[in-house]
Amino acid sequence: MEFFGQANIKWMEKAKYFFALSGFLLLIGFTAMFRNGGLTYGIDFKGGTLVTVRFAQPPNVDSIRHDLEAQGLGQSTIQSIHDVTNPNSNEIVIGLEEKGQGEDALDAGKTTIIKALSQSFPSGEPGKKDFNSESITTKDIADYLVGKDPLSLGLTAGSRYTQIAQQIVAYRTGKRIITDMGDLGNSGAPPQVVAAMRAGFYPGPFAIGGAEIVGPKVGAELRRQAVLVTLYALAGMLVYIAIRFEWIYGVAAVVAVFHDVLITLGLFSLFHQYFEISLTVIAALLTLVGYSMNDTIVIFDRVRENNRLMRREPLAEIVNRSINQTLSRTILTSGLTFLTVAVLFVMGGPALRSFSFALVIGIVVGTYSSFGIAAPLVVGWNNFRGGRGSKVAVSSGSAAGIKPGTAKRVPA
Amino acid sequence: MNSNLRWKAIFIAVVVVLCIYGLVGLPDFPTSWATVKSNFGSRIRLGLDLQGGTHLIIQVQVNEAVRQEADQVVLGLARQLRDKNIASDQPLRVSDTQVKVSNLSQDRVSDFRTIQTENFPGWDISPAPGESNGYLLTMRQSLIASIVQTTMDKAVETIRRRVDQLGLTEPFVAPYGQGENEIIVEMPGEGDPVRARSVIQTGGQLELRLVQDPVPYPNEAAALQAHSGILPPGTELIPGKGSPSPTGTPTGESWYVVDRTPIVTGRDLRSAAPRRSTTRPPYWEVEFHLSTEAAARFGPWTEQNMGRPMATVLDHREELVATINGRIEDSGVIEGQFSQEEANDLALVLGSGALPASIKYLAESTVGPSLGADSIRHGIQASITSLVVVLIFMVVYYRSSGVNAVVALLLNLVILMAALAYFGAVLTLPGIAGVILTIGMGVDSNVLIFERIREELRGGKAPVSAVDLGFKRAFLTIIDTHVTTVVSAFFLFLFGTGPVKGFAISLTIGLIANLFTSVYVSRLIFDWHLGRAPRQAELSI
Repeated sequence: MEFFGQANIKWMEKAKYFFALSGFLLLIGFTAMFRNGGLTYGIDFKGGTLVTVRFAQPPNVDSIRHDLEAQGLGQSTIQSIHDVTNPNSNEIVIGLEEKGQGEDALDAGKTTIIKALSQSFPSGEPGKKDFNSESITTKDIADYLVGKDPLSLGLTAGSRYTQIAQQIVAYRTGKRIITDMGDLGNSGAPPQVVAAMRAGFYPGPFAIGGAEIVGPKVGAELRRQAVLVTLYALAGMLVYIAIRFEWIYGVAAVVAVFHDVLITLGLFSLFHQYFEISLTVIAALLTLVGYSMNDTIVIFDRVRENNRLMRREPLAEIVNRSINQTLSRTILTSGLTFLTVAVLFVMGGPALRSFSFALVIGIVVGTYSSFGIAAPLVVGWNNFRGGRGSKVAVSSGSAAGIKPGTAKRVPA
Repeated sequence: MNSNLRWKAIFIAVVVVLCIYGLVGLPDFPTSWATVKSNFGSRIRLGLDLQGGTHLIIQVQVNEAVRQEADQVVLGLARQLRDKNIASDQPLRVSDTQVKVSNLSQDRVSDFRTIQTENFPGWDISPAPGESNGYLLTMRQSLIASIVQTTMDKAVETIRRRVDQLGLTEPFVAPYGQGENEIIVEMPGEGDPVRARSVIQTGGQLELRLVQDPVPYPNEAAALQAHSGILPPGTELIPGKGSPSPTGTPTGESWYVVDRTPIVTGRDLRSAAPRRSTTRPPYWEVEFHLSTEAAARFGPWTEQNMGRPMATVLDHREELVATINGRIEDSGVIEGQFSQEEANDLALVLGSGALPASIKYLAESTVGPSLGADSIRHGIQASITSLVVVLIFMVVYYRSSGVNAVVALLLNLVILMAALAYFGAVLTLPGIAGVILTIGMGVDSNVLIFERIREELRGGKAPVSAVDLGFKRAFLTIIDTHVTTVVSAFFLFLFGTGPVKGFAISLTIGLIANLFTSVYVSRLIFDWHLGRAPRQAELSI
């Protein structure tokens, strides 16, 4: 089977369409960024509090938001988590802005959220602890059971109760939230243990699945680091390409990569309600920088090889031919990599969604930027400096520069 | 088979066996499927986002330690000026790093300078601005840097000890970030950040107590027996490290009968530092300083108890027993046959009784175990799906050569996972994404080679030569493409936090392994296949 065996497309003539497409994407991206007042950062960059809460019943998001506001928490964002593989999870994520109270009250936001929720969902039985609370660990349950000793094991109780406690906690983890203490029987715990658990614990109406709190200092530092990492990585790659090819190729590749990053950031702004820029997204951006460079290098490699073989031809022709020759590989690789990140986007879970979105866009844009932006830039520069038909000497780091004017005569 | 090929095949087989062994063969040799699964689980270390736990980012207020040093200099300088009868105003600390002396008598300036060079070498003198007879002592950068470093080291050590008290598996405490004096604490399995924070904030009690019985006991029962069931009044039993028996092998835990009341606590200890022994040259010893108030108590007490053993007790556990060899006031030396490392550790223990400066929490994150389990599930599902999709495509598009790519890709993943296990690298959710990206990007190498081979075949070359040229011509391009991605990943590794570091590690190792599998292994399979096929056979690609 073969898709692109004998392609013969005049790429340099089509360059203007790619430039137009990029121009359009950049325009809508920048407009979106402008309207949002900048980039939408994730919590690790802008600071704040995020609490994942799990409910026994499907929660009424609006009434929760109202209750939180009544607590004086002001603007909170609440998102329902849509987990494709677990549709009845009743899970929401409550987000609070960084109020700048500083680090003395780092978890003030989280405790207020919990307080507000406890008031909105009152429950509790005197003398009993909330079984769904994150602070009840295996050790707590084991200690409690050792104290109560429902199986009358006496002094040798320790390890047996620890084992039962582990089973109970594993069951709670699997179910995520317990609605009836009697359900603990399904964990393999003997009935006397279940009865003892029921005497000491009640099933709280909500469970905190996880929380993330980032103070303002860490956020600012991380932003600074992210910019530095990107600059260093780009510089490193520029140096590498400058060594392997002529400088104009390096510049064209870096421009293309910059263009890829800008378009991706712009599209993030366009869909800012669903995606945000976090440190993992920066990792995705850097990966796509590397990937887009790859793509461009493959084409430039072929240009260099063909330059040696086709000395008489104008550069535009050489570049066209090189792109056609590598077209199969380009489409295939991009296609396969795209497939893998598309799978990641759909099945990777909410934690990786922004990350995989960046890669999905990045791979498409990164691929066409190699033959649609970078290559035409090289040819365009060559025409600008040297006149039509002349070739750019492509060498490995030698001082040979651009030769203006006439085509070289092939030695006999 | 060509003997060259045979050696290569054996080499690859050995690599595969080593990898599989590294993944499922340790620590218990697998005899059942359950053992295989549990080995695998223990070999791959999971990050907090996958196994659940708490992580905290703490900032140490090192300027407090610097300020303390300046305060000490104020006291020391005042004493010196008084002793040498130099008239001046009381020395004052004017900032964290500066001490000012005003109205210094003009004819004693040179003596003042001598005092500074002899006693406070880490400082610079300059005239105080706006004062004709005033001088400013400013701490040098080198001294500030060394105080900051010591403070950070002590803070990390102290916090590590306190976190260990939580009884977690593999807590991780280390300096973090780029020079802002931050420490990261990772506590896998700890679900309650409030408890974690309280343990870090308090805890850490260092005490020096008199040991009543000269000999430690192997367990509590033996100790009670020696005292006919009742301990002497004012004493208690505490566990401690085993001391080496006469034959030199450590005996495990020992129990000591010690005084209930300590004579000196961590609060009284100002500093502890290791140094080379002056009396017993190859060994090291630990010098410590007490506060003046504690020295007043310690002096008479040591004189009274000369020759008796004294225990260093940390968090109710015995750390060291030393014999009181003389009257100790505010500074003493603990002598023993310590190596440099042991002396270092002991100094850290003595100094770790209290945090050297106060701490602030900058960030906190808790991942519940079900959130972690969710992430694992998503990660595994996505990985398997993408792997299957890619494998099916390769076989359909490249026919038998596609199978070649399948073998290379699977081997790539096995080597990647084994490398993670051998290096003890932590697998995070982005790390799993890195594995998936390795699948996508790794298959690129095979595509590059196969497309080149197809091109050569189209150009009329014979299969053997087409394969040879394909690999040769594609090799440089493969190197180029891998280098650029690895450069990105390298910087990500340097600057990233935990999850991002995991991503960088998986991607880098995956791509390096890919070089091996897509070039060396793939080539071997082609060569073997061509070696077996009849001369004019077509290559299935």
